Amino acid sequence: MDPLDLARWQFGITTVYHFLFVPVTIGLSLLVAILNTVWVRTGKVAYLRATKFWGTLFLINFAMGVVTGIVQEFQFGMNWSSYSRFVGDIFGAPLALEALLAFFLESTFLGLWLFGWNRLPKLVHLACIWLVAIGTTLSAYFILAANSFMQWPVGFKVDGRAELVDFGEVLTNKVLLAAFPHTIVGSWLSGGAILMAVSAWHVARKRDLDVFRPCLRLGAVVVVLGAFGTLVTGDVLGKVMTQTQPMKMAAAEALYQTEQPAPFSLFTIGTLSGTEPVFQVTIPGVLSQLATGSFDGKVHGINDIQAEYQKRFGPGDYRPFIPVAYWGFRLMIGFGMLAALVALAVLWLTRKGGIRGSGWMWSVAVWSVALPFLAHSFGWIFTEMARQPWIVFSQMKTADGVSPSVGGGTVLTSLIVFTALYGALALVELGLMIKYGRKTPPSPEDEEPGESGQESFAY
Amino acid sequence: MELTTVWFVAIAVLWLGYFVLEGFDYGVGVLLPVVGRNDAERQTMLNTIGPVWDANEVWLITAGGATFAAFPEWYASLFSGFYIPLLLILLALIVRGVGIEYRTKHDDKRWERRWDAAIVVGSFVPALLWGVAFANLVRGVKLDSRHEYVGTFWDLLNPYALLGGLATLTLSVTHGAVFLALKTKGDISRRAAAVGLKAGAVAAVAGAAFLVWTQLTRGDLVTWILGAVVALSFVLGLGALARRRQGWAFLLSAVAIGMTVIWLFTVMYPNVMPSTINPAYSLTVENAAATDKTLGIMTWVAVFFLPLVLIYQGWTYWVFRHRISTS
Ligand code: HDD
Ligand code: HEM
Ligand code: HEM
Repeated sequence: MDPLDLARWQFGITTVYHFLFVPVTIGLSLLVAILNTVWVRTGKVAYLRATKFWGTLFLINFAMGVVTGIVQEFQFGMNWSSYSRFVGDIFGAPLALEALLAFFLESTFLGLWLFGWNRLPKLVHLACIWLVAIGTTLSAYFILAANSFMQWPVGFKVDGRAELVDFGEVLTNKVLLAAFPHTIVGSWLSGGAILMAVSAWHVARKRDLDVFRPCLRLGAVVVVLGAFGTLVTGDVLGKVMTQTQPMKMAAAEALYQTEQPAPFSLFTIGTLSGTEPVFQVTIPGVLSQLATGSFDGKVHGINDIQAEYQKRFGPGDYRPFIPVAYWGFRLMIGFGMLAALVALAVLWLTRKGGIRGSGWMWSVAVWSVALPFLAHSFGWIFTEMARQPWIVFSQMKTADGVSPSVGGGTVLTSLIVFTALYGALALVELGLMIKYGRKTPPSPEDEEPGESGQESFAY
Repeated sequence: MELTTVWFVAIAVLWLGYFVLEGFDYGVGVLLPVVGRNDAERQTMLNTIGPVWDANEVWLITAGGATFAAFPEWYASLFSGFYIPLLLILLALIVRGVGIEYRTKHDDKRWERRWDAAIVVGSFVPALLWGVAFANLVRGVKLDSRHEYVGTFWDLLNPYALLGGLATLTLSVTHGAVFLALKTKGDISRRAAAVGLKAGAVAAVAGAAFLVWTQLTRGDLVTWILGAVVALSFVLGLGALARRRQGWAFLLSAVAIGMTVIWLFTVMYPNVMPSTINPAYSLTVENAAATDKTLGIMTWVAVFFLPLVLIYQGWTYWVFRHRISTS
């Protein structure tokens, strides 16, 4: 197989995998910080128990985020050396800043929080988890700054390689300013979904209701707010995307001919190659609204943009793989909104202090935990694959970014090894999440601080 | 000083932080079955690094990110060239990190055994292979005119590099043993000190051989002096360990490792990746560097934030300064 394809598979698999853990880290660190704060302010034991309970789940997830993140950091050099040489002057800085400003912060203060229950004053201890939450959010900002440069390069000039002209522009890239809030609220949705689903399992069994009922409702509220947030920010992001990468928006709708106004199709039955008629359910004007902010705005079609790009960038095929773009976009939105529906139902079932609903409803609430993961994965698959054939939009093609001296066999080996190891670890982590998700939350008496004190909670 | 040299120094500092801090983490990991007689003891050993190992690893991540930003050519050539060793290191770091966090999450002897094995291998491999990698950076590798590595994996396993790997491995193990002796009480502490002396003897021989070999091929007066400081601090550290002055022993072994990094980078300078095909193809601090603009921005950030990181990491060690035991 071609090293290029293998390198792309490896990047896609390892990054999507890393991003299974990232949103949970960002979302749960905030929620744990909130629960910890409520405990410190009210002194209610239920919140202490909740803090420790979710803290354990957070830790199990965090470990995976960390170890898979290290792979990301080195992968650019391993498989994408030409790309690294070309963009390093700009792309490297956000990565370095992420490590220096964010990773040190989150890892150091997480260690202090986990092992510091009996060693730090309450408020200092509380500050530690807030710093973790801030660190995870900061890290998202920097990595998205790097990614946004690939989507819409700004603040640079080309002189054999891309060279930095204005770092402020790189850090205020309009794609970044839209993608960052979108990713963060999506992450809150993920954290909320974990809270909601795990609590639902306990609530359905009427266990530890003092802990899980508030957590259930907190999780559901966060899911609803997160979904509303992704909708609002996603709308902004869609408009930015139409300005910066019109091909991506056209691909997202499989819109071959320019239309004004353009409808949004909920789904399509039939091929998306644009050559045959298909069956579609459409809502008039919505694509126009999403892309331009007006219900009768003009949306450019794939064929027109392809012709224009050939004029601008020379002969070549500038169309991404349309089915992935089309379905990725819909599945992202669909799964996210489905999670919101479940959360609304949960809020309805638990209104006015009661607990209603039959067994299957609670099972749905438990299984809904998968929805945000699916939404995030499809969101990224859409974003990255609909940028193709560019690795840096308008500047460098993906095919030119790959390491010239790394052979197919080598990449294949690492692809197989990573995939196998990641697969095995997924089972381990899932098993642990389920096991610890079903546990009774620790009560304060469980952990009298021994002289050695350090074991408390973490081990 | 040129900004490129400033960043060469900064990268050296980041690697120094990594080797000094993760050095003892790796040592503790490798010694898990040697010093720990039972589960409780092994858990105690891991608890000595529990609050800090992840933050220590961030030194590596920062070194990687900073190399990408400050010397993109070096980053690209190094990690695509040393592909297989790097892959092994990454795999090791993955199973090790997961092992440390997960080993007690399941009450089952087999489960714990398996993660213990993962921690041992996961600590052994990077401690060895980073030494191999750095020795190759000093020695030079087959870089072509595009700065692409055209040698094979086996070329990297030359005797000189393997000796370098042995030196970093044994140094880490010694450092870890000293750390354990310092951080624990009773039996574990005593056993760790005894192991530290033995490992230290091997490290002294391997290290001295590597040092002399390096010096004879590319040393000068300055690097002889630096090398002498390495040797002296290491030997003094072992002496302190033998006399149960564990605080001093740890400080001196940290100095020895830190000075080793400084010595290696000084030997390398101004090259960062010399070519054995044609010296003109070598990567140097000049031709591997980012623009002055990027380096300037990075310098400001580093000047403000690196001290801050040092302060709060230092504070962590202060909070967890107590010795711990199995009870
Ligand atoms: C829970 C997750 C989730 C949910 C419910 C949504 N999104 Fe999203 N979306 C993401 C999670 C996400 C993401 C995975 O976080 C992405 C990938 C890249 C990025 O910045 O965020 C993304 C990317 C992304 C992009 C591509 C940006 C680009 O390529 O430059 C657009 C246009 C939207 N989203 C729009 C929406 C709209 C209009 C939504 C709802 C109505 C929506 N998203 C819901
Ligand atoms: C964490 C969220 C991300 C996910 C899930 C993701 C996903 C993907 C996927 C699926 C591909 C394969 C595309 C293809 O084969 O056509 C890809 C490619 C790539 N992405 Fe991302 N990406 C993410 C974030 C990033 C970020 C933040 C960066 C930069 C810092 C980045 C850089 C790249 C590069 C260099 C490639 C390889 C070239 C290519 O095939 O497009 N990605 N990514
Ligand atoms: C492809 C590009 C990416 C690279 C190079 C990368 C790098 C890393 C590294 C090295 C770590 C380990 C940190 C530690 O040891 O504490 C990590 C973790 C993390 N990364 Fe990524 N990452 C990528 C994609 C992303 C994206 C797109 C986001 C957010 C939007 C993100 C957010 C995080 C967060 C929050 C953590 C904290 C630990 C955790 O995930 O549990 N990363 N990443």
